[in-house]
Amino acid sequence: MFYKKECIAMLLAGGQGSRLYVLTQNIAKPAVPYGGKYRIIDFPLSNCINSGIDTVGVLTQYQPLELNDYIGSGQPWDLDRMNGGVHVLPPYQKSTGSDWYKGTANAIYQNLHFIDRYNPEYVLVLSGDHIYKMDYSEMLEDHKKNNADCTIAVLEVPMEEASRFGIMNADEDGKIYEFEEKPAHPKSNLASMGIYIFNWSKLKSYLIEDEKDPNSSKDFGKNVIPKMLANEERMFAYRFDGYWKDVGTIDSLWEANMDLLDPKVPLELYDPNWKIYSRNPVMPPHYISKEAVVQNSMITEGCEIHGTVDFSVLSSGVVVEPGAVVRDSILMSGTVVKSGAVVEYAIVAENVTIGENAVIGKRPEDVQNKDEWGIAVIGSDVTVAPGATVAPKQMVDKDVM
Amino acid sequence: MANTNTLGIIFSNMHDETINELTAKRTMGSIPYGGRYRLVDFALSNMVNSGIYDVGVVTKSNYQSLMDHVSSGREWDLARKRKGLNILPPFGNAGGGIYRGKLEALANISSFIQHSNEDYVVMTDCDLVANIDYNELLEFHKANNADITVAYKVQEIMPETSQNKVILTMDEKDHRLTDVFIHPSYLGKANVLCNIFIISRILLLRIISEASSRNLYSFKQDILQKRCNVYRIFGYELKGYTARIDSLQTYYDANMELLNLENGNQLFLKTRPIYTKVRDEVPAKYGLNAAVTNSLVADGCVIDGEVENSILFRNVYIEKGAKVKNSIIMQGTIIRKDSSLNCVITDKDVIVGEARELSGSPNYPIYIAKNIKV
Repeated sequence: MFYKKECIAMLLAGGQGSRLYVLTQNIAKPAVPYGGKYRIIDFPLSNCINSGIDTVGVLTQYQPLELNDYIGSGQPWDLDRMNGGVHVLPPYQKSTGSDWYKGTANAIYQNLHFIDRYNPEYVLVLSGDHIYKMDYSEMLEDHKKNNADCTIAVLEVPMEEASRFGIMNADEDGKIYEFEEKPAHPKSNLASMGIYIFNWSKLKSYLIEDEKDPNSSKDFGKNVIPKMLANEERMFAYRFDGYWKDVGTIDSLWEANMDLLDPKVPLELYDPNWKIYSRNPVMPPHYISKEAVVQNSMITEGCEIHGTVDFSVLSSGVVVEPGAVVRDSILMSGTVVKSGAVVEYAIVAENVTIGENAVIGKRPEDVQNKDEWGIAVIGSDVTVAPGATVAPKQMVDKDVM
Repeated sequence: MANTNTLGIIFSNMHDETINELTAKRTMGSIPYGGRYRLVDFALSNMVNSGIYDVGVVTKSNYQSLMDHVSSGREWDLARKRKGLNILPPFGNAGGGIYRGKLEALANISSFIQHSNEDYVVMTDCDLVANIDYNELLEFHKANNADITVAYKVQEIMPETSQNKVILTMDEKDHRLTDVFIHPSYLGKANVLCNIFIISRILLLRIISEASSRNLYSFKQDILQKRCNVYRIFGYELKGYTARIDSLQTYYDANMELLNLENGNQLFLKTRPIYTKVRDEVPAKYGLNAAVTNSLVADGCVIDGEVENSILFRNVYIEKGAKVKNSIIMQGTIIRKDSSLNCVITDKDVIVGEARELSGSPNYPIYIAKNIKV
């Protein structure tokens, strides 16, 4: 029995996130840990439930094991529902054959039946790659007010960076007349955030049509949106002016974590009316010992800090032994920094052991040749031997002797 | 692991009167403890970690906060179709009403006990902080062919902590109880009763019906003490960290003991975790001026002041220049700038205004009630 839903969300979570290298070797990008106790996907899922959208299809493809496990019944986000709730949608075998998701549009196309069961007026298409808080219900109001066929959320970016984004050129009313993917000479600075609301009947016909086109790469940005524009459908830009960050690269993931420590950055996680939900660890409060020094950092439950932690974000169950120093770094769950080790400008994944007196990363000012500097990255379950070194910019996915 | 034949009964209200500051608006079971827990979490988690999924929680009064905390029992994996959690509020018919003691409380829920199919019953109060594998007690109970097994802890009794204790004497060899002393004036090393009992379900039902026909209501006095030589009652010694909470002082001490990591490590085992209600708080945030030493800090805290030898529950704000020492700061408390607290227990949602000074002493902590503005 399926009741009609006004709007349901489809969350594209199949991306590999290859620019996160060792961090996404075994997990899909939306499952990458962020901010101490979150994963990237917690943001769109929490936004959905906070916006009153209780039906979400999560399209998975690349390394889905951990992501599936994490989403589970959807209970942490209140998305375990009798009618609706969260549904993990991997590609599946059909009587007509079987296929991987070939592109973002094709992924939705392959799940037409899932959407049709709820007979929605509108479909919200999201990606699992961004850190932001957004009320989709306001965007939907805008969509209805404009009598739009498609509404695309946009963000003003600095003009000099505009050529890295998909740019929407819109008139004063927000009506989009042109879309340019990564233009060399951008005409505006309204970047697409990869968040779309479509009238479902309209989108459905475009998806069916696009599927028949052998030359299409079955992608929203490359194919479906330009096609709709060419046909002069009513397409509107919805301006968003809050915090939004694509965490697709090592540097941006590091920055997005550091943003949490910067009081000037407008990402308020402490708002009780717009909580970001996650699967919480079952651990006691964290312990700060007599000899510990902790400043400017975020520390999660289950941590045990005996050393120095400064400008860092620590996930649950991290141990920093006496005399160890952690600065400007991100340590994920279960990682142990042994005594005397120094970790600077690094992202260390889960369950890593950093041996005594090991040196991970360096401060940029301590590196002569600036081209050799970058964030050091250690993949999950790696052991770094006592006294070993992981250089800045180095990425490690095997034990370091 | 799967313990399919034991029923758990948790008494959430027993001993409320021993710590009436904290139980003015809640049950013993819902007293906050250790930065993010309530006392009932230990009883519930121990049950579940011992494979006991058939659990009744007996309530009497002030139990809204307990209901809110336990809810469907989902956090303990007790929201289930087969077995699961049952909250058992006072059931006031047939002359039952509000019970006077454990036997009457059990009489009130006798139909719940009758309807269970389990062979054994584990009963526990909420005054104990410990990580216990009840299977070990059950094995001990069976091996002794016991009628009742009671848990005890060997403890040094000091003048300031002597009240409210029940002391057991037993046969040195087989640990069979020889006598029970209720609230004696005794100092020194003793076997102190921890309110955990193992009994077969059939015997328990028989005891309940007999007691009710004779108008007896105290399990300790009328069964353990008076019938000590009639039943085969054995004592099981609890090893490992345990804290019995029977006064504001022991409550304070039991929290402070967690600052010794050895105690915490015996309580919060990876293999037998202590579950509690999830509140989805943000990790704790330390500001530029934060100086925290020897403290436990829960998620959701925002600290920009000094904290020493203290326990901060979830969502506590310590502003710049504020100093908190030797204190227990419960959920939602705000300590405004330049205030100074020493040996203070603040209940939930307290606000301590700018530049206030509050100072108790380790053997007489100051208690600030819920929602108070200082």
